[in-house]
Amino acid sequence: MPDLRFGTSPPTAAEMAAVEAVVAEVGPATVTVGERLVLGGRSRAVARRNLLLPALHALQRTVGWISPGGLDHVCRLLEVPPAEAYGVATFYHLFNHSEPAADSTVHVCDDIACRGVGALGLVEELRGVGLHVRPSPCLGQCERGPAAFVQRIGAADLSVAAAAVADIEAAIGSSTSSSSVVLPQAGLDSLRLLARVGVVDPGSLDDYLAHGGYSALEAAIEMGPVGVIRELTASGLSGRGGAAFPTGVKWQAVADQVGRPKHVVCNADESEPGTFKDRTIMEGDPFAVVEAMTIAGLTVGAEQGWVYVRGEYPVAAARLAGAIDAARGAGLLGSDVAASGHRFDIQLRRGAGAYICGEETALFNSIEGYRGEPRNKPPFPTTHGLFGEPTAINNVETLVNVLSIVRDGGAAYAALGTERSPGTRLFCVSGRVVAPGTYEHEFGVTLGDVIGAAGGLADGSDLKAVLLGGAAGSFVGPDWMDLPLTLEATREAGLSLGSGVVMVFDQTDDIVDTVRRIAEFFRDESCGQCVPCRVGTVRQEEVLVRLRGGGSFHDERDLLDDLGSVMRDASICGLGQTASGAIRSAIDLGLLGGVS
Amino acid sequence: MWVVDPRRSASARFADMWLGLNVGTDIALANGVAREIISAGLVNTEFVENATEGYEDLAAHVEPWTLERTAKVTGVPVEAIRDLAHGYAGASTAQLMWTLGITEHHTAVDNVLALCNLALLTGHVGRWGSGLVPLRGQNNVQGGGDMGALPNKLPGFQDVADDDVRARFEGVWGATIPPDPGWHLTQMFEAMGRGDLRAVWVIGENPADSEADVNHARKMLNRLDHLVVQDVFMTRTAEMADVVLPAALGWAESDGTVTSSERRVQRTRAAVTPPGEARQEIDVIADMAERMGVDWGRPTAEDLWDELRSVSPMHGGMSWQRLEDEAGIQWPCPDEDHPGTPFLHGRLWERPVSGPRAPFSCVDDRPPVDLLTDEFPLRLTTGRVLDSYNTGVQSGKFNSPIRSGDALELSTDDAGSLGLVVGDRVMVSSRRGSIEMTVGVDPDLPVGLAFTTFHFPEIADVNQLTSDAWDTSSGTSEFKAAAIRVERVEVEAGA
Amino acid sequence: MGEPRSLVELTIDGNVVLVPEGSTILDACRREDIDTPTLCWASNLTPVNVCRVCVVEVEGSRVLVPSCSRPVEPGMVVSTDSERVRTSRKMVYELLASSVEMDRADASVHAWMEHYGVRPERMGDRDEIATVAQPPKVQDDLYVRDYERCILCYKCVEACGDDAQHTYAIATAGRGFDAHISTESDVALPDSACVYCGNCIGVCPTGALAFRTEFDMRAEGTWDEDSQEVTTTVCAFCGVGCNLELHVQDNSIVKVTSPADHSVTSGHLCIKGRFGWQHAQS
Repeated sequence: MPDLRFGTSPPTAAEMAAVEAVVAEVGPATVTVGERLVLGGRSRAVARRNLLLPALHALQRTVGWISPGGLDHVCRLLEVPPAEAYGVATFYHLFNHSEPAADSTVHVCDDIACRGVGALGLVEELRGVGLHVRPSPCLGQCERGPAAFVQRIGAADLSVAAAAVADIEAAIGSSTSSSSVVLPQAGLDSLRLLARVGVVDPGSLDDYLAHGGYSALEAAIEMGPVGVIRELTASGLSGRGGAAFPTGVKWQAVADQVGRPKHVVCNADESEPGTFKDRTIMEGDPFAVVEAMTIAGLTVGAEQGWVYVRGEYPVAAARLAGAIDAARGAGLLGSDVAASGHRFDIQLRRGAGAYICGEETALFNSIEGYRGEPRNKPPFPTTHGLFGEPTAINNVETLVNVLSIVRDGGAAYAALGTERSPGTRLFCVSGRVVAPGTYEHEFGVTLGDVIGAAGGLADGSDLKAVLLGGAAGSFVGPDWMDLPLTLEATREAGLSLGSGVVMVFDQTDDIVDTVRRIAEFFRDESCGQCVPCRVGTVRQEEVLVRLRGGGSFHDERDLLDDLGSVMRDASICGLGQTASGAIRSAIDLGLLGGVS
Repeated sequence: MWVVDPRRSASARFADMWLGLNVGTDIALANGVAREIISAGLVNTEFVENATEGYEDLAAHVEPWTLERTAKVTGVPVEAIRDLAHGYAGASTAQLMWTLGITEHHTAVDNVLALCNLALLTGHVGRWGSGLVPLRGQNNVQGGGDMGALPNKLPGFQDVADDDVRARFEGVWGATIPPDPGWHLTQMFEAMGRGDLRAVWVIGENPADSEADVNHARKMLNRLDHLVVQDVFMTRTAEMADVVLPAALGWAESDGTVTSSERRVQRTRAAVTPPGEARQEIDVIADMAERMGVDWGRPTAEDLWDELRSVSPMHGGMSWQRLEDEAGIQWPCPDEDHPGTPFLHGRLWERPVSGPRAPFSCVDDRPPVDLLTDEFPLRLTTGRVLDSYNTGVQSGKFNSPIRSGDALELSTDDAGSLGLVVGDRVMVSSRRGSIEMTVGVDPDLPVGLAFTTFHFPEIADVNQLTSDAWDTSSGTSEFKAAAIRVERVEVEAGA
Repeated sequence: MGEPRSLVELTIDGNVVLVPEGSTILDACRREDIDTPTLCWASNLTPVNVCRVCVVEVEGSRVLVPSCSRPVEPGMVVSTDSERVRTSRKMVYELLASSVEMDRADASVHAWMEHYGVRPERMGDRDEIATVAQPPKVQDDLYVRDYERCILCYKCVEACGDDAQHTYAIATAGRGFDAHISTESDVALPDSACVYCGNCIGVCPTGALAFRTEFDMRAEGTWDEDSQEVTTTVCAFCGVGCNLELHVQDNSIVKVTSPADHSVTSGHLCIKGRFGWQHAQS
């Protein structure tokens, strides 16, 4: 690439080694063959750009920050313009840009679930014992908060929950994350998505095979792409990421694209506050994700799969990486998948602290080594996805549904749930319930039943509101307990199941503060690309801070409405479009009305 | 994209492959590529059979240029030459673009002909997206040629030896035109040396800085009986003049036209009034004519343009109004309904081809004249940098934050073996002169090659070093290949 | 040189319109003389559709769509002046004007802000709400980056990168409201890859990027745009044939632009064309 001007700070030996290990397999963008021949050019640089994010992770992990010398070395090897690399590095909150203050950085979740169970106190206590603490948005451990995520120099990241000071110190000392949670529904015969979670050894391919693993891939190879898409379509499966797009239609659209490389992407960047269901599957049944992605690859005709796991999920990432390696070792990934004659392999990418990267086009940009800014749609991923090529992108829960559909047939799946919402759904139940956790229910279960299945509210606890669907969802009041949780019923009620969040608040919770924290979340997580979201989320939070400080709701109402309108109508992506939803629903429920 | 350049330039950093050939081996490389295209069966035979002539001679001529021999002469590895040949021949469209690295050699015209051979072998000419593209270094080099500022041409590239052409011009100009070619710049300096040229009127050129072997050029200028310089600035040449005629700036203080690299004729317009006694060049020339006894009146730029259109068929359709309205027109544009011509030589794709067939040229590799010896062991090549322009007369007036380039750039190894580091002062000597310079180190330079710009003659009078060899066809000097010696200048302690 | 394109029929504000396939809604609006505000759009850059001030309502679309980048489709029904469109456009201007100094934005920006009755002060007291206020970066004699006037339209990044210069000296850094245009680690421009083409100045719509001449003259109070004349001529520094628009005040060139619709470089220049004019006044 032209005109690049690199910096003058030299990388340390450790930084060079860390970065070069990432680039080793494909080699640097520019190769000096001799003093009269140099290979380079844009195509070599473009082909390596997707190593930028892994290289930044390598620096962060090795030296605890993105040092100027280390970043410069990345830029030289990958021929990434330094300004762009800096722009990418500063996009992610898990990358430091000044010398590390301590060997470990403890990110403590102070988001809406954890702040109800002592997160703010934990932050102070940890600071009190001299640990370096950064408050964090939701860490996806809401069923067992308060949660912490520990970044260390030269060692693997750790996940700790429920976290007390002693737990965190012990985890750092032993380099061990908290063990995976036990499913409240463990042992129930009706479980389909969660059947193996807590039962199978997530580190053993043999154990996975012994529990019915890879029977779906076998069936998929048997019936071929046409058969798989037929069953998918018959099943009525729709995406669990929030938009509920029919999965069969999506796969067919990608399968129909010919003559270009195609991709399968598993969106495992589960970052919606209150959401932890995909983590449950990835930690408990990682081979299921690999098997489902493989079926997707063979079905749509993609040779490359990518799984993008949020950076704060070190256990899930490690188990998925182990599963991918084991599957490759057993010939279930690679140049001839399960002797099918088809090539398919999976690369794992870790996010680095950016909620927006769960938006599918932002996720593509993140993998490609660019800032995780969403793209305008259309064009859609089925024709212009990862690297601009046709891409089938599904989240973890959607993909894992495919296994039983292929194995047992679309009709059997469609018999579950309701006619327009077939199948089962995972719910992330947290807050003031007796047994928080990931639950699997058939569509059509009522909100009250979901809360009841989690043991209901503890004695003395009065239901004040439920946040349904996550921070991008809505608050509902106690009179909504009979709401059937289906796509059609929630849509009719102006609600959304979102990522399956059911977060329960009682009379002791400070809802105004919760709403303000949601506004803060969107302000912090806006990518900054479009004006409505970049400035709108800031102004929205400012209003809520003023309200919490005693401001008049009456004075702010018009502004809040207009902010909601412009963000909902004119933002590029779903983040901005939904950033006012929970606040608006809180207004409608009168939850903010009392502050004036 | 392949970049062939002795230096790994900024453009080379864009390239998929950079081929760092030895200075002055362009013909060897082109002949080697031609042979590879032929021997690998990559010739566009339909095009060659129908639109060219001399193919058999060329094939025989380049036959000795095996990849191995080409690699040995050029210094470029065999696989790179093969890759270039196959890539160029196999592309659906491809362009050969060059600038002074091809033409500032004593083999300038042969270098260009060798490249033309490649375009003809592959049919990469006369089609949209393919072609031969000389990039012009100045805004009106092309226009100067268009207007007949060539020793053997009248405006519109019409041959001065052609009786009919001369008759047409004589009718309009009311004067007799001698049928013999004039001198080009290098011949003029030779004529000064012989005493055949005794008075010179220099308009907008600074040969006292820009000529190769500039000491010789200055000596010649000093020998003139009378030197008139018409310029915007008091250049070194102007300082030597008997009479200086201050002129208005062409691009900001005058109305007129210029022609760009792509043959696009565009309007320049006066935006500011010239300072002091500076005058429009048209007026200066018209006054000069009056002193010589001819009254041209006070023609406007448009008047002159209309006269040109009447004698130059390729400009005939470019009315002043069209030039105003259309933001430029590419010649040839023979009549007012003609849209202009985005690319030339399309006729070569007509079947049967209209007009003469395009000839292949058998040209020989001839190394630079200024030989490397033990006494002068380093090859010096000169060039330009982004923010500066020629001898710096115009570009030296703004404060560029990225200005650099007065150093003598050496390869890491050569600097090392001479015991030099960045910033050292050295005496640089060629067979023609010696100057003091500051050392720079460019790690991308091959061993044995040195580079410098000539933008700062007041700091480093580089053209004292450059070669006095020149191409007999074009008259262009071999700025790109001098032999030099570098010696440390000891700075006095405490200085 | 392109193939003749087939026509697409759509409805804009109740009128049936025929436009060539591949046109954007903005193209179609302009053919119909429907004035449409833009900030991040420019004819010589790839649309990034980030400012959202050009949004229109398209029947069947849940949200408003950016007219600058959405291609027309047969049967599309577009409204450019619905209540939702007016609210969003007004809000975009209010959000920007509450956080950025808009005083040197193009005249058309001010006209639109007046048209939509923009009242940025309702976002709160300027001292108490977040803004991008900061001192200008004056790091050389050629140009100034005055980022309290930056609306983050990405035009400068595009002009520095893929759309013109391919230098990539600047990029967006940070995230959310903290997102800003920066060199790597905010190094001074002369230490970056910047080649001083000034193409970023050429596309900046709000005066955040300015010639040093303009910046200094404004500081002295001598900048007088109304008295300036603009003359188009051809750059003298090489054979490409870039057109220069010389902005002249009191017989001095004060800045140089290039026409975006000129076929040779689409409004882009190099350091010599953009800044090399000082010899014309020495």
